[in-house]
Amino acid sequence: MATPAPSAAVDAMLSTPVPAADMLIVMPLVLSFLFGSVLLMVRKRVEWHGWISVPGFALVFAADVALLFKVATGGPFTMMMGSWRAPFGIAFTLDLMGALFLATAGFVALAAAIFAVVSVDRQEKRYGFFPFLFLMMGGVSGAFVTGDIFNLYVWFEVLLIGSFGLLVLGSRHAQLDGTTKYAFLNLVGTTLFLIAVAYLYGVFGTLNMADIARQAADRTENGAVATIAMLFLVAFAMKAAAFPLNAWLPASYHTPRFVVSALFAGLLTKVGVYALIRVLVMLFPAQHAGMAGIVAWIAGLTMMTGALGALAQTDIRRLLNYVVIAGIGTVFAGLAIPQAVGAAPGALASGLSGAIFYALHSIVVMTALYLAAGVIARRTGASTLETVGGLWRESPLLSALCLVFLLAVSGLPPFSGFWPKVMLVRAAFAAELPWLAAAILVSGLILTIASARVFAFAFWRPLPQAGGTDTEKSGDFNASVPEHPAPLLPLVALAAFVLAAGVWPEWLSRLTTAAADGVVNPTAYIQSVFGGGA
Amino acid sequence: MKSIIFRFTAPYLSVLMLVFSVFVLLRGHNEPGGGFIGGLIAASAFAIYGIAAGVASVRRALTFHPMAIAASGLVLAVLSGVLSLPLGDRFLTAQWAFPKIFGEELALSTPLFFDIGVYLVVTGAITSIALALEERDHD
Repeated sequence: MATPAPSAAVDAMLSTPVPAADMLIVMPLVLSFLFGSVLLMVRKRVEWHGWISVPGFALVFAADVALLFKVATGGPFTMMMGSWRAPFGIAFTLDLMGALFLATAGFVALAAAIFAVVSVDRQEKRYGFFPFLFLMMGGVSGAFVTGDIFNLYVWFEVLLIGSFGLLVLGSRHAQLDGTTKYAFLNLVGTTLFLIAVAYLYGVFGTLNMADIARQAADRTENGAVATIAMLFLVAFAMKAAAFPLNAWLPASYHTPRFVVSALFAGLLTKVGVYALIRVLVMLFPAQHAGMAGIVAWIAGLTMMTGALGALAQTDIRRLLNYVVIAGIGTVFAGLAIPQAVGAAPGALASGLSGAIFYALHSIVVMTALYLAAGVIARRTGASTLETVGGLWRESPLLSALCLVFLLAVSGLPPFSGFWPKVMLVRAAFAAELPWLAAAILVSGLILTIASARVFAFAFWRPLPQAGGTDTEKSGDFNASVPEHPAPLLPLVALAAFVLAAGVWPEWLSRLTTAAADGVVNPTAYIQSVFGGGA
Repeated sequence: MKSIIFRFTAPYLSVLMLVFSVFVLLRGHNEPGGGFIGGLIAASAFAIYGIAAGVASVRRALTFHPMAIAASGLVLAVLSGVLSLPLGDRFLTAQWAFPKIFGEELALSTPLFFDIGVYLVVTGAITSIALALEERDHD
């Protein structure tokens, strides 16, 4: 056999029985697919859907939290699918970064599912809203736990299929338009991803991420590897909607139901960010150092595009679309710190820690803001700033929650957006990129203005006396469902996280710092796959 | 479809194709074949029957909605992977059993059930698409 002999450590790992706690790693996926298919079988019993889905997502979230706890205390661990040997079989490897993303994704999915039970109408539930949701969450969870780069591609496809279904449910004209753009650009992105994986396999002869990370250390000057890293950057930047590949996001995210927009904006772009961190920083650190200047420019321009775009919009959801993009730029800023090969991984790790923290904050806050926009649209029958108003008097609780989210998204204390921005600004100064720090602060200022605009128009000023909104909005998803207090429950839960991460940031920043260290120095990750002192 | 020859032969053809699809499914463990291709053959059988006798009679003959069949296949595939967990093995590790039935040894394995799951998913999904398209044609 031409392949390198697998080490005795790998065989030893495979011959021992699996500890019961390790089995948790497949649970988010197994539960998602089981609940999704059971829901598909009973899809005509629409009244059962909520009773099945919410406990289903609660179970998935419980498994995610248990996994986070396990990884935070015991370090990364691996399960080889089908007991195949390490570099050949598909590895599921969960490290702290993956576990943090996984748990946050489970949290917002549960919140969105509760919201969806009351806000999605019977017809769309019957056409499979919840099965699609479980399918998409299965894909998202798979992307966070897999340790195999081709498998990562497969999970991207799974989540895309689920997301296509969710986007197009309802079949309104604007939705079909948005879905076409979304589908086309995402297919281009995944194709690029696939091409990059093929090149990667041609150069390295392996698809296991730990194996690639091990081998890439010997190929720091290889031009082919630099090309591959660049292809991955383009593919994942497209997924994450970074400038200049961001056009698909504002064209599609405002068209489906609010709860669907919420999950997309919260989660899907962050899966792209996660994959970029995983591939660029962990697998190709030397190539990443060479591209850090490009990433810095992308970060700065994405932040500015997002912030200025948000200022220009009057529809709340279109405005939020640009806020998502600004958030992606902020996360990219954490990846822009150059890290010389062999140098102490201090600056990059601190920037990365800020980026992971900001990404988690952004998942929660963006989901919450879109859900809040859904509640506003339902209460007032409109979602443009020209026609909403007077919500402060009508619903103080909703107003307070929205204020929390808007302040958090602008990066103001004492909410969760503040600390990661502090970390990022500090990392940018430490890396002698003062203009990048300035970009973070300026985009934060512009976002504050945009948020203040939303709050001043929608909440503070009295309701404008304009008629005719019901006729022009009749095709939209507004004002269709009667009043119900349940949608506020997930918002309160999300706000609790925003507040907890803002007031006591230490617990989260300690986790993200450890996660960033694990990515910059993946020894433990590689050991969990190959055992012993690999 | 008006042709009387086609309408007369279609039920027999469908039955033959369904039997053949199971043969292809079982053959797939060691030779070319398997759940995916078997499922496609089964779905074509239902499509042919639908063209000949109308979509309504296919739906009646199937009893379950094709989507429910696909979902049951997914459940079967997932459960055949989960079975290895209580036995202390990694997810999807193949488990084998060789029960003696009438003196003949029968090789049962989780890959077989996984493949049956794939068969059902493909049959259900493709049949559901085919029937929807045929229905649109006729009304």
